[in-house]
Amino acid sequence: MFETIIGLEVHVQLNTKTKLFCSCPTSFNHRQNTNTCPTCLALPGALPVLNEEVLHKSIQFGTAIEATINQVSYFDRKSYFYPDSPSAYQITQLYTPVVEHGKLRIDLEDGSHKIVRINRAHIEADAGKSIHDGEISKVDLNRAGTPLLEIVSEPDMRNAEEAVQYLKKLHSIVRYIDISDANMQEGSFRVDVNVSIRPKGDEKLYTRVEIKNINSFRFIQKAIEVEVSRQIEAWEDGTYDEEIIQETRLYDANRNETRSMRGKEEAADYRYFPEPDLKKAVITNEMLKTYSQIPELPDQKAKRFVEEFGINEYNASVITSTKETAKFFEDMMEEGISAKNAVTWLTVELPARFSGGMDITTSPVDAKKLATLVKRIEDKTISGKAAKEVLDYIMQNDEDIDTVIEKLGLKQVSDTGAIEAMVDEILSKNQDKVEEYKNGKEKLFGFFVGQVMKASKGSANPQAVNEILKQKLS
Amino acid sequence: MITLKEALELDSQALQELRNDLKKKIKANKELNAYVGLEEAGEGVPIAIKDNIQVKDWSVTCASNILQGYKAPYNATVIEKMHQAGLGAYGRTNMDEFAMGSTTESSCYGKTLNPCDYERVPGGSSGGSAAAVAGGIAIAALGSDTGGSIRQPAAYCGVVGMKPTYGRVSRYGLGAYASSLDQIGPITQNVEDAAILYDIISGSDPKDSTNAQRDDKVVPNLDPNRKLTIGIVPSYVEEASEDVKKAYGKTVEVLKKMGHTIKEVSLLDAKYDISAYYITATAEATTNLARYDGIRYGNRAPAQNIKELYINTRSEGFGDEVKRRILLGNFVLSSGYYDAYYVKAQKVRHLIKEEYEKVFSEVDLILSPVAPSVAPKFGELATPMQMYLSDMYTISVNLAGLPALSLPVARNDEGLPIGLQLIAKPYDEQTLFDGALGLEAAL
Ligand SMILES: [Zn+2]
Repeated sequence: MFETIIGLEVHVQLNTKTKLFCSCPTSFNHRQNTNTCPTCLALPGALPVLNEEVLHKSIQFGTAIEATINQVSYFDRKSYFYPDSPSAYQITQLYTPVVEHGKLRIDLEDGSHKIVRINRAHIEADAGKSIHDGEISKVDLNRAGTPLLEIVSEPDMRNAEEAVQYLKKLHSIVRYIDISDANMQEGSFRVDVNVSIRPKGDEKLYTRVEIKNINSFRFIQKAIEVEVSRQIEAWEDGTYDEEIIQETRLYDANRNETRSMRGKEEAADYRYFPEPDLKKAVITNEMLKTYSQIPELPDQKAKRFVEEFGINEYNASVITSTKETAKFFEDMMEEGISAKNAVTWLTVELPARFSGGMDITTSPVDAKKLATLVKRIEDKTISGKAAKEVLDYIMQNDEDIDTVIEKLGLKQVSDTGAIEAMVDEILSKNQDKVEEYKNGKEKLFGFFVGQVMKASKGSANPQAVNEILKQKLS
Repeated sequence: MITLKEALELDSQALQELRNDLKKKIKANKELNAYVGLEEAGEGVPIAIKDNIQVKDWSVTCASNILQGYKAPYNATVIEKMHQAGLGAYGRTNMDEFAMGSTTESSCYGKTLNPCDYERVPGGSSGGSAAAVAGGIAIAALGSDTGGSIRQPAAYCGVVGMKPTYGRVSRYGLGAYASSLDQIGPITQNVEDAAILYDIISGSDPKDSTNAQRDDKVVPNLDPNRKLTIGIVPSYVEEASEDVKKAYGKTVEVLKKMGHTIKEVSLLDAKYDISAYYITATAEATTNLARYDGIRYGNRAPAQNIKELYINTRSEGFGDEVKRRILLGNFVLSSGYYDAYYVKAQKVRHLIKEEYEKVFSEVDLILSPVAPSVAPKFGELATPMQMYLSDMYTISVNLAGLPALSLPVARNDEGLPIGLQLIAKPYDEQTLFDGALGLEAAL
């Protein structure tokens, strides 16, 4: 039996207004190479100046993971030649990172929890982008010098599920505290996975393989699983030492396999040394005080939802998994509806109607509207079934709930007089069935309800119908 | 040549005449090869600019083939400050390629001659700036000093060269050699001009994180009559040539006569300076020069793929001395050697700083040679090691970040200038200029 050891390195692109070491804007959807200056182009003589906003966001992150925040940290040069790295060195923090020794709680499917330790989070500059176009390679440096926070976990995860839960929690946290938009497709939340295996019970760590830049949680899960299989197979075949080497591999989603990226013989020597163009980065007590005030985090929010609204832990964790869903829920609760209904309509009914990449942030039905719909069920204006029809309709049409209820004729009749009249009519039309029912064929009760509902075109309050029928048939 | 102080008094018509006259003189002295370009930027008193200081729209090349064709799109902070003070950048001066050298011979533009003796080197790396001032074809010039690159050519050519405290002058726009050592400074005809130009280019700059962000000035308080305690270093002087020893002894006598207190002090053996310096400087230089890859600007060599592009561009673009230092820098930073070289060098650097601190608790200034001898003849420093050793008196000042000023104090029997340097504690440029101004007058 084998045990899997997983450590994760995540590059989070910080959503500062300007770049890490110059005043160029960080929005890089502009025309190529326009958001650049002597510093981020690495022209002769240009120098870096640290953007303090990056320290603020680092403090916020350090606070969120209950880490040590180093009030004095240093920058280092990491040398390597690549066309999209203008100075041919990356400014990073090797020796003294800004954040160290944090932790993250992850929730697992079986309801258990686990604490994953975070070794460090350090500040570094992003590279530009290389664009390969046939025989020609082009470089766009709009992204060069954008601030990254590289978050390095301890090798605490033991399977793909734990790894994905860790990443989801991390993703959620950086969005809650608004230090990054953490868009995986656009590369503002980039994951490198370190995977090794060992026989269960063994204490030592074996060869670690790095899988780089996988851009969805699903692929990360698959990449880990397929890499673990590769390593176990090699072990069992007796070829572990030859086949499993410390290297970087890429995950090919189409073939569901990992592939070697660069060979061992080209292992880079980054020749790190302290960056002489920058002084130490100092976090004053005042900065620390100001920026350690962070918004409520997912775990705290979930706990509060359980206490305040009486929903269960599972639902609370689902709702708080993204800050947008949590906000949606809170906005719904503002309308004074029951938490149980809010949960159902938010987590089941609404998402079931999402199509074409739609999510809670792009939902055509906002929190207030969905809450109003729930309210109409609660005040017995419409039935639950009718509400689903209304939701179907308003997903397509931006119209007022009450207008839609009128328009679709879904208003529920709760006037007992009207319902009584309908019941009387149905019962008199079906004397024979009434006899059968009275003789013990109780199954027929459903038939009567159905007939009354049909006669009311679904608008009768089913509860009232039930009560009146019971009365009349007794 | 008119002094900077005098030139600053001229009206615009007189300035125009001065500029025309200067241009004629520069052209007449082409043989010196002090200038590698005659670009002009800004109005006012013309100042010659070392070819590693960025002036907007100038071709600034660090005297390297790899930067041929590069045009600077921005001004160095010192240029901005000069423009604000009514000075204009006028002409690029020759230098050792990327400021790596002590003779200006490693320039891609060929050697510069020493105006005092055409068979001798002008020193380096700011050899073009020193030769231009000494040759009467510049009123004053800017140089840069990483291990003596202002003071040593000033001494060889018989002019004043000043290296400010690390952090006094913004490095923004100075093509970097070694970031923790580089400082821009003035090369002038006399001490007062050096003080004037120093005041203009120094001061705070938010664009340079290593700048001290201090704006105090020296000229308003210049006082040549201050009585100071001046440290002398006999053990250092031992290793200099007879000419230099003699000049040193005579200068000490003059200082005594002026009423200064002379005190014998000792510093670390210069062999530690040289080791610490060449490790630190080359480590930084290796990374600073890594950006010259032919991708974005400068000279790009033909190639079939990216690896070839790097190799061809850098093989063709850099000269031997630059390549030697890049290799050395990569070596001292490589894994397995980092602790033994780079880390140890930083410890030595710290020791050197402490040693100076101790000395400066007892004296106001230190008097030291600038170079072991007068300007050597071309080809006389046959090996790189001989050249590195010739830096023995200047580099500890950079390692400790101190201000220092090289002043011509005598001529040898052949009439060649000998310079000595005064060294002050960090940010004490005032005492440095006061002492130098008094000494200059007394000589
Ligand atoms: Zn920029």
